[in-house]
Amino acid sequence: MSTFRLTIDGVEIEASEGQTIMDAADAAGIYIPRLCDHEGLRHQGGCRVCTVKANGRSVSACTQPAEPGLTVDNETPHINKLRRDLVEMLFHEGNHLCPICEASGNCELQAMAYRLDMTAPTKFPYLEPCRPVDASHPDIALDTNRCISCGRCIRASQDVDGKGVFGYVGRGIHRQVAVNGPDLAHTDADISDFAISQEVCPVGCIIRKRQGFARPIGEREFDRNLIGHKINGKRDD
Amino acid sequence: MTELPKARIATASLAGCFGCHMALLDIDERLIELMKLVEFDRSPLTDIKTFSHRCDIGIIEGGCCNEENVHVLRDFRRNCDILIGIGQCAIMGGLPAMRNAIMHSDEPLRECLEEAFITGRYIRNTTHNIPNDPALPLLLDEVYACSEVVEMDYHIPGCAPTGDVIYETLSSLLAGKFRGFEKEKIRFD
Repeated sequence: MSTFRLTIDGVEIEASEGQTIMDAADAAGIYIPRLCDHEGLRHQGGCRVCTVKANGRSVSACTQPAEPGLTVDNETPHINKLRRDLVEMLFHEGNHLCPICEASGNCELQAMAYRLDMTAPTKFPYLEPCRPVDASHPDIALDTNRCISCGRCIRASQDVDGKGVFGYVGRGIHRQVAVNGPDLAHTDADISDFAISQEVCPVGCIIRKRQGFARPIGEREFDRNLIGHKINGKRDD
Repeated sequence: MTELPKARIATASLAGCFGCHMALLDIDERLIELMKLVEFDRSPLTDIKTFSHRCDIGIIEGGCCNEENVHVLRDFRRNCDILIGIGQCAIMGGLPAMRNAIMHSDEPLRECLEEAFITGRYIRNTTHNIPNDPALPLLLDEVYACSEVVEMDYHIPGCAPTGDVIYETLSSLLAGKFRGFEKEKIRFD
């Protein structure tokens, strides 16, 4: 396979044909913030948090193919401001109450807010939607107040588990993740599904019953390190 | 050498749980260092209920869920040079704001109160009335973040913020050196 070089924030890295900008950056130890993209799942390009400037054009790094000689801007104040606006809008679109959420400290949305310095109230209004909690399944609960419609559970269930427990319904701002049945208990969802595992849901929407607070608040993944530290760590080694 | 005049600090707990005031005491022995620089005016910690002087810093815990909260917050804005919101309730309404998300009918507040005091399945209320004493402040239609009511100058995130973050923020503000938070120290829980 042919390899070529491109630059991200002035650092020249190697990429190979078929890689996206994000694949190449990950391999080189440069973290590009992302929410809807997850290792092992097909790319979606939905959340746009991974937006970078490639030769001056805004593209989602998780779907844009790497090209020879591409000049990519990633961590610039302008791009991070856009990303912070996106993350703020996700907070305002659902009901995200970190103090009472079991996922607090493991939540990628919250960790992204930390990384992007989201510390003050914003100009956006809170939509405060009325959303249901589905606790019908004996082992799993869904608190859709926290869903950010990233679709990671949909892709995990379809592509990895081969099931299709989750899917999108509705259009535009009304688009939501729904289950394939009247409630979760009437689907073939199982606690051992990859889609139900902790790594797939970036927020606290998919809850595994009887496992809460196994690790206390304050000692969780993003209490210890900023999101992206694993990828950035590769470069420091 | 003449001593610098001490900065005056006032604090208030609005629609909060008083946890942020407890966190203020988590500064522990550094409170002695801080008290060399500041003196407390109106605050639940001093039990002073009204402003005796204009204050340099006002610290607000909690958002606004009733009309008294709004009066207190506006009083603080009038009497303080710098207003700091402390904790998630002051910043975005916090847990009291959970009621905003369940109130989407035509008369949401009435429904909420009726369920809480009259129709709820587990209610034992022999009067069958919603409490209506004139001394009770009227509830607002929604819970509001402080910045939706008055102009706020700074916010310290957390639920509650740690004593370390509060101490570092206050001491750097007093020294005129506050430049935002380190990413590693930002917490919403």
